Amino acid sequence: MKITGLVTVIICGALLIFYAMDFPDFGDGTSPASTYLSPYFIEHTIEDANVPNIVTTVLADYRGYDTMYETTVVFTAGLACFFLLRRKESQNPPARFYRHTPTGITLRIEEGGKLPAEGSKVFMRIDSLWAPDSLIIKNTCRLVIAFIQLFALYVVAHGHHSPGGGFQGGVLLGSSIILFAISNDLRRSIKRFNEKTSAILGALGVLLYAGTGFLCLLLGAHFLNYKALAPIFRSTAAMARSHGILCVEIGVAFAVMAVMIWIYYNLSSAGKHDEGL
Amino acid sequence: MENLIHMIGAKFNYIAYIILMMIGLYALIAKNNLVKKIIGMSIFQTSIILFYVSTAYKTGKAIPIVEHGHGAHSVIHATDYINPLPHVLMLTAIVVSVATLGVALALAIKVYRQYGTLEEDDINSQIRIQAGK
Amino acid sequence: MVQQLPALLIIVPLLTALVVAMASWISPRLCLPLTFSGLALSLAASIGVLMEVIAHGPVTYTMGGWNAPMGIVYVIDYLSSPILVVITSVAILNLISARKSVEESFPGKTGAFYSLYILFTTGMIGIVATGDAFNLYVLLEIAALTGYSLIGLGNDRAPLASLNYLFIGTIGASFYLLGVGYLYIATGTLNMADLARFMPQMADNSMVLFAFIICMTGLFIKMALFPMHGWLPNAYSFSSTAATGVIAPLTTKVMIYAMIRVGLYVFTPAYIFNTLHMSKAIVWVAIAAIVMGSLLALAQKSLLKMLTYIIVAEVGYMVGGFFLGNRMGITGATLHIINDAAMTLCLFMAAGAISYKLKDDSFASMKGLFRKMPVTMIGFGAGALAVIGIPPTCGFFSKWYLITGGMEAGQYGFVAALLFSSLVNAVLFFRIFEIAHFEPFADPHDHHHHGHSETVNEAPLSMVVPLLVVAAALIVLGIYSGDIVTKIIQSAIPAGIV
Repeated sequence: MKITGLVTVIICGALLIFYAMDFPDFGDGTSPASTYLSPYFIEHTIEDANVPNIVTTVLADYRGYDTMYETTVVFTAGLACFFLLRRKESQNPPARFYRHTPTGITLRIEEGGKLPAEGSKVFMRIDSLWAPDSLIIKNTCRLVIAFIQLFALYVVAHGHHSPGGGFQGGVLLGSSIILFAISNDLRRSIKRFNEKTSAILGALGVLLYAGTGFLCLLLGAHFLNYKALAPIFRSTAAMARSHGILCVEIGVAFAVMAVMIWIYYNLSSAGKHDEGL
Repeated sequence: MENLIHMIGAKFNYIAYIILMMIGLYALIAKNNLVKKIIGMSIFQTSIILFYVSTAYKTGKAIPIVEHGHGAHSVIHATDYINPLPHVLMLTAIVVSVATLGVALALAIKVYRQYGTLEEDDINSQIRIQAGK
Repeated sequence: MVQQLPALLIIVPLLTALVVAMASWISPRLCLPLTFSGLALSLAASIGVLMEVIAHGPVTYTMGGWNAPMGIVYVIDYLSSPILVVITSVAILNLISARKSVEESFPGKTGAFYSLYILFTTGMIGIVATGDAFNLYVLLEIAALTGYSLIGLGNDRAPLASLNYLFIGTIGASFYLLGVGYLYIATGTLNMADLARFMPQMADNSMVLFAFIICMTGLFIKMALFPMHGWLPNAYSFSSTAATGVIAPLTTKVMIYAMIRVGLYVFTPAYIFNTLHMSKAIVWVAIAAIVMGSLLALAQKSLLKMLTYIIVAEVGYMVGGFFLGNRMGITGATLHIINDAAMTLCLFMAAGAISYKLKDDSFASMKGLFRKMPVTMIGFGAGALAVIGIPPTCGFFSKWYLITGGMEAGQYGFVAALLFSSLVNAVLFFRIFEIAHFEPFADPHDHHHHGHSETVNEAPLSMVVPLLVVAAALIVLGIYSGDIVTKIIQSAIPAGIV
């Protein structure tokens, strides 16, 4: 297998490099790729959608249809991880670990054993690979999470003017919850942001995107033609496009955030949602 | 010879993407461990991102965000900004590769749960033993 | 309303998939009716578009109101409209048939299954309808990701089979993406019609040549053309029959459609068949695929595995037919996409019903099946006759076009391979009929149970009725294949091809 791989790779690589020699030079501004379509996008972004960030305009408007499916791909991945991995906990869970907080003794309760009451102050459920809580990690994360979320909202809202947008902001929002799950434990995180919320919010985010497009269709324009939303936003066509882009970016942010958390829950606990990283 | 060196200098980004891609492809074909294969797959996909993004670059030009966006009275020249389209396309490709990675890891977890190993030849010998029974 | 049909065709299933995903958490009972109505609306829209295309010619739809080449355009023409109807009807028929086994195989996850199922269909519809080379990639990945996950939840060996499929599928899709990138560097556009406009001046551009090689390699990997078929048999035979029932008929066929679309409408026939001198070599690869697929099918001991190798051989039919480069061959390949989807659906539905009842699909377990499941076996028989190519089933007609095309092009190897494969198929299926016709061999030491154990034990009505519908469709498609060819497919092939 190693030799087959090496031979394939060398042949493919040599062919690719041979043909790469005909490419335009790196940084060449006169290649067809830079002179045919892209000047239109650059020169008309303000006039068409009133958005200075050209990548945002192309992403959510000129090629907004691609981006809708891109969001759907994210949602699909979340759904796929759930579908493949999730298993409900059986009636008799396998051995669990509890810590008697006053004494610091760890109890291992065998399968079928009597478990302490839910929400007990004295017994704390711990992971099988448990390390004592670190004061520094917990408090640093507690401090940082709020700022991560604030920055995420800024990234989502400011995608029109600076690098950013729904995907980036959504990932940041998701990572703040994942950070909470890592610094505390998975169960506490699921209590705050449970599976149902993440599943429904993920679908809702994509629905917000597709729904915005569908609304345009219902208003008589083509799918995703935000111009049709002008009467709703009481604005000019260009501003309607700008607002439409914001709507779909928010949808993307919700979807990406929820799905990232959902994937993390399923992957980190192998679908059991009891203990993870 | 000098010509060749000049050529490589002018197209080093394309050569870099090809080398990365071949590393990924090699891992996908030759590695025995499933997680190593998944890593190879990620490298493979990332190399394509490098390829697209490097086509967008124009020497010395600004990022594709119009300066003084609102209330700008000056005319926008397309030659002042790099090409935004490949960046948009690659945002899609990044998302696709993240999604594929997630599904691949989920499948790898399922495989591990089934066989207790991620080494492909171990798994195959287990399958052979089961089939023999 | 009519001009919005191309959008509704794909948006309605997408919205349905999202609503189903949410409903599965709130009220799981609603999932199936929602799925059904979403797919039914999509089927209605696809029939509407087909009528519109037949009446007034190709339909284009600009997404977001941006005209090509700035925005993304949907182009539904003579080539894509019949395939859209095939996709939506396959999805809906298999949904009805698979309902029982979905509830049995995926307890607690039926909502997720249905949602992934619709997303898969959406991806397939999108691949067929799109007129943008990059958009095709995105939809390809949606169809692929849902496919991996639907396949991954089958029997014990399904996850590994699915993971291997994922690796190979990702390489294929990435190659296609790279090919699109090469085209983009050479021309600066992503719109298919716009790319085709540039082709005449690109005849000796090495980037376009390489784009062609790499795009086609990617699609060949995705469609499991021999010798890149390694992933297909395991992936299709270890997964649940509910999932394969839709994946097996559609995936390879839609990839062949993508090949024809990219070949005819991006690279243009003049470039592929006249400028490049590769089509002969590709036909020989297709011949190898037909022969090897048939021989490997002969070596299998279980029904599903055998069917998967027949798919490998059928891929060879269509790839070979297209690269013959004449009107007859391309007509045959296009017609065979439609027919093969119907045949494969019929066989996989019958196999699904059989393995639902028997919990096993080895040939040995099929003894006495004609008596146990007579109606299922009638459906299976119809599918088998179509695959062998016996008139009046549809399989005969597309094979006829392919053989005539092969004769015209002087590719007698291809003609011989087609005849050989028909012969092998006949052997394969008559072997099954023989097994299924005879009573189980009674244990020589046990005379008491001789002939008593077999009573009629037919699959549930929800499986049998769609199967019979498809079986009837095989004959109807056969009878009307003349009309399909003259009214639709002939107009789909550019006038330059004789």
